[in-house]
Amino acid sequence: MDRAEQQGAAAADATATRRQLDIRDHVEPADYQTIGTPFVDDAKMTARNVNVFYGEKQAITNISLDIGRNEVIAMIGPSGCGKSTFLRTLNRMNDIIPICRVEGEFALDGEDIYGGDQDTVLLRARVGMVFQKPNPFPKSIYENVAYGPRIHGLAHNKAEMDEIVEDSLRRASLFNEVKDQLDKPGTGLSGGQQQRLCIARAIAVSPEVILMDEPCSALDPIATARIEELIDELRENYTIAIVTHSMQQAARVSQRTAYFHMGKLIEVGDTKQIFTMPRHELTENYITGRFG
Amino acid sequence: MSKQQSLKATEAIQASLKKRYARERRFQWYGRLAVLTGFVFLFILLFDIVSKGAPAFTQHYIKVNVDLSQEVLGLDPGASEQEIFSADYLGAIKTSLREMFPGATGRKEKQQLYRLLSIGAEYDLRDKVLADPGLIGHSSELWLRAHSEAGSYLKGQVTAGTAESERKVKDLQMTWLDQLRDQGRTESRFNTTFFTEGDSREPEMAGIRVALYGSFFTLLVTFAIAFPIGVAAAVYLEEFAPRNRITDLIEININNLAAVPSIVFGLLGLAVFINFFELPRSAPLVGGIVLSLMTLPTIIITSRAAIQSVSPSIREAALGVGASKLQTVIHHVLPVAMPGILTGSIIGMAQALGESAPLLMIGMVAFIMDAPAGVTDPATVLPVQIYLWADSPERGFTEKTSAAIMVLMGFLILMNALAVYLRRRFERK
Amino acid sequence: MDTTTVFLALLLLTVASFFMGRKRSHAVAAGQGGARALHSLPKHYGYMAALWALLPAMAVLVLWLVFENGILARMVVGDLPATVQEMSPSEQGLYFNQVVSYARGATDASMLDAAQIRAAEHYSALVSSSRLIKALLVLLVALCGAILALRRIRPALRARNHVESILKWILFSCSFLAVLTTLGIVLSVLFEAIRFFQTIPVVDFLFGLEWSPQMAIRADQVAASGSFGFVPLFVGTLLISAVAMIIAVPVGLMSAIYLSEYASRGFRSVTKPVLEILAGVPTVVYGFFAALTVAPFIRTLGESLGLHVASESALAAGLVMGIMIIPFVMSLSDDIINAVPDTLREASLGMGATMNETIRKVLLPAALPGIVGGILLAVSRAIGETMIVVMAAGLSAKLTINPLEAVTTITVQIVTLLVGDQEFDSPKTLAAFALGLVLFFVTLLLNVIALYVVRKYREQYE
Repeated sequence: MDRAEQQGAAAADATATRRQLDIRDHVEPADYQTIGTPFVDDAKMTARNVNVFYGEKQAITNISLDIGRNEVIAMIGPSGCGKSTFLRTLNRMNDIIPICRVEGEFALDGEDIYGGDQDTVLLRARVGMVFQKPNPFPKSIYENVAYGPRIHGLAHNKAEMDEIVEDSLRRASLFNEVKDQLDKPGTGLSGGQQQRLCIARAIAVSPEVILMDEPCSALDPIATARIEELIDELRENYTIAIVTHSMQQAARVSQRTAYFHMGKLIEVGDTKQIFTMPRHELTENYITGRFG
Repeated sequence: MSKQQSLKATEAIQASLKKRYARERRFQWYGRLAVLTGFVFLFILLFDIVSKGAPAFTQHYIKVNVDLSQEVLGLDPGASEQEIFSADYLGAIKTSLREMFPGATGRKEKQQLYRLLSIGAEYDLRDKVLADPGLIGHSSELWLRAHSEAGSYLKGQVTAGTAESERKVKDLQMTWLDQLRDQGRTESRFNTTFFTEGDSREPEMAGIRVALYGSFFTLLVTFAIAFPIGVAAAVYLEEFAPRNRITDLIEININNLAAVPSIVFGLLGLAVFINFFELPRSAPLVGGIVLSLMTLPTIIITSRAAIQSVSPSIREAALGVGASKLQTVIHHVLPVAMPGILTGSIIGMAQALGESAPLLMIGMVAFIMDAPAGVTDPATVLPVQIYLWADSPERGFTEKTSAAIMVLMGFLILMNALAVYLRRRFERK
Repeated sequence: MDTTTVFLALLLLTVASFFMGRKRSHAVAAGQGGARALHSLPKHYGYMAALWALLPAMAVLVLWLVFENGILARMVVGDLPATVQEMSPSEQGLYFNQVVSYARGATDASMLDAAQIRAAEHYSALVSSSRLIKALLVLLVALCGAILALRRIRPALRARNHVESILKWILFSCSFLAVLTTLGIVLSVLFEAIRFFQTIPVVDFLFGLEWSPQMAIRADQVAASGSFGFVPLFVGTLLISAVAMIIAVPVGLMSAIYLSEYASRGFRSVTKPVLEILAGVPTVVYGFFAALTVAPFIRTLGESLGLHVASESALAAGLVMGIMIIPFVMSLSDDIINAVPDTLREASLGMGATMNETIRKVLLPAALPGIVGGILLAVSRAIGETMIVVMAAGLSAKLTINPLEAVTTITVQIVTLLVGDQEFDSPKTLAAFALGLVLFFVTLLLNVIALYVVRKYREQYE
């Protein structure tokens, strides 16, 4: 069965009662133990016993982690450690890759997101994503932001759409820079502006969670600083999970930090604690710059 | 505030989901339908040709009690071979047929009777007698080739259901043929004539031998010209060409030539090779030259791709030990790229084999009965033979056309299979 | 000596030059410390001598062969009596052909007049002396080349560089052939077209609404006026191409989308090659299919609906041409769609767009220029397609846009005007070249625009 057919089957009874999951209790024993505090009391998203395979290769081994409501959680680790893969499982972006297989249990506000009755359209509208490389559509700035509301049917008339676009651009602190050129192509903006446009585009569908996959890796320091500021502002209304290769960035923007290594979640804790008093040797080695 | 917004959005999205998924399913069905359409077209095309062409591979024969007495043949006892060769075999056949069906008396009826057998039956009979002169002097039961119209009735392509005026096999002939069949005097055999004869006005005597020879000679010329020149051009452009205007000009020209309609190459052939250089018309030589100009871009483009894919480390290694650029290319790059180059060349040759439009321009549409012995003899090629037969109204020729198409497609499939095989082997390395 | 013998002798001389060159290189080096003193390996000196012997002589031989027949014919015809000189070119050709076949012993003297027999003797004499001169000249040139090269051999002579630069020039000439081909096409159609336009004004050709190329042969023939208006042909060509595109573009594009975005890898790996068989079917087969299966079917279908359908309707030819172009549109669209970066797909899917929303609202708009370029290439192919229309479209030029009627196309007219025995100078024949000129430039224009658009499009995402 191909991807879209799965979605179709899911849609058939999209309104059916959702299976409520409480998966908090059963954590299967792993061949390793995550150190620190992977679980929080007020979790927005939960992931349990996650294994991900690309074909034969296992990319993630038995990870369990909570993402707290209205917090910024940073995921760090050396390249290839599985942090991006894990992030992409949270809004089922891995479904696009045919050879990728995901095991484990995931929930958003306690609802199973990989369940048969859950569909990716709604999930991805609730859990938005910002990518490594700014990827605005080859359309105008306005149309870039209006894309999501338009496909989801969130605006009923031009005025409502204008409002959504303006509001989203403001929240992404881009409005003042582009208000006079909304009909210019989004690809004509600078890299930092493009990335903020992508954030505005994600915000426009009013998501609850925003996943950011190394959002500043292609940007210069000044643009990076703007984005980091923005992330801090967004925390008020959204739950944010950010993958970053920069430890300074993790330290600046996040409340909690998770350290990944070779597909395993080694240590999770308060950002301050992770960067000042790491408990695991691997974490310490990484943040002191012995490898990366 | 944001929470409310999110909730509102979730509800709105949920409300729209059903419609959106329906559209998604519809869109996917359009895609499936498009793929299916392609498949259906291909199936109809192949089915149409195979069902029309398959009967052409059989030929019906009728067993006739032929009276080969000397007076019927008009021979004296002890006739020389020359005399036997030119004896009245047609008369013998006619007499024998009249004896078998004494009911046919009128002029028209007799003519219908004679039309049961092919014109070629006369020559069949002559060959039989020449091979075995002992036949002369008495009657023998001999199998003779049936006329194509009679054959189409025996093959069941024409039935009495059609009004008599609309078919060539008349009621009377049908009765005779039914009688013959009931007496076990008809037989269907594999049609060897189709492969051993040249063109003919009579469908049951027409074959593709001349066209096959013509295609062979034409492709030979095409390959002999296009392959070395194509590879040389590809080597030059990949390995030696400086970045300048002339190189750009050459590249633009190659890309454009690949998209020039084939008939324009025919005009070039007519104006330059036939009218200016006065090379012979209808000859595989000119056909081959024209087709080689047409396939050159394909060969150059694929050869370049093959040369490009040779890893630079091989080049560096050879240059590093002091080989010159040319030596590097000849000794190291070309052997590695050769399977890829051959694949491209075979595909180019397959194109050339199926091409007919430019050959019409240079006169390869003649009615030719003798196989060409060289590249300057008049010839026709398989696709052009198909074009010529397709124009003939007789049912027998429709059948032959389809059969010739089957043979042509068979060759094309073979060539493409060879190309795929080479590519596979190449990729595995 | 006939050509094969001359050629073999030339090859022999070449091989001999190689060995002599090699030997001489050893000889000149002997006094200066052996082969080590040479700039290049001894075999390079051999190659050099061989090339010098072969190439100029080969050029002489080819030129001789190319021009021999024409020059001999002119010499013989020039000596024929005045009555023959005044004949029309085609009669003269026939007359001369009889001479040649008699000279070759193919016919006997009974069919010829005395002048022809004299001419045949003259011709035979010329042929044998031409053969002799050819053989002598070729071998002389080869010898001179070899001797010149051998005399130049010194230890300091950079034979390898010399040989390689000659070979490089040969490689260059091979690739320059593409330019010559284009030039040949342009010149051959242009010259004849100009001669055509001397009889028929360009304006009448380009804007004339009537096409009936039957010229009056005698002055008293009234019916055939011979009008050469290009418009009906062009409209007919466009009509058939339009029908083809209406079939090929949706089917090809949707197949490409389905196969690249939805289908599983296994399904794609089977389906694509099968559909590409359609591209490998020779056009003459499509023509046969169109003329004998599709056209009668459409005619019957139309009649059962009460429509009048011509038996050579534009619809039948266009439909079959569309089938032929499906794989072409499919593989071009496939390339174009795959060139759209994955990040755009992810961005759209990541916001919860369904696949078809992503395709229709992001991928297709992004790929539009490329797809338009691909369609232009397909149109150019449809316009230049010959066999399908020759076999399935009409001959009479009707100015209509009704696909149920029979129309004719540029390529059909080129074939009709040129196939069969034609006088090369009649406006009818020359008209074919004028049509060829238009066809060449229209397709060239489409191709250049299409290739430019596609290249720009690709650069955008590189």
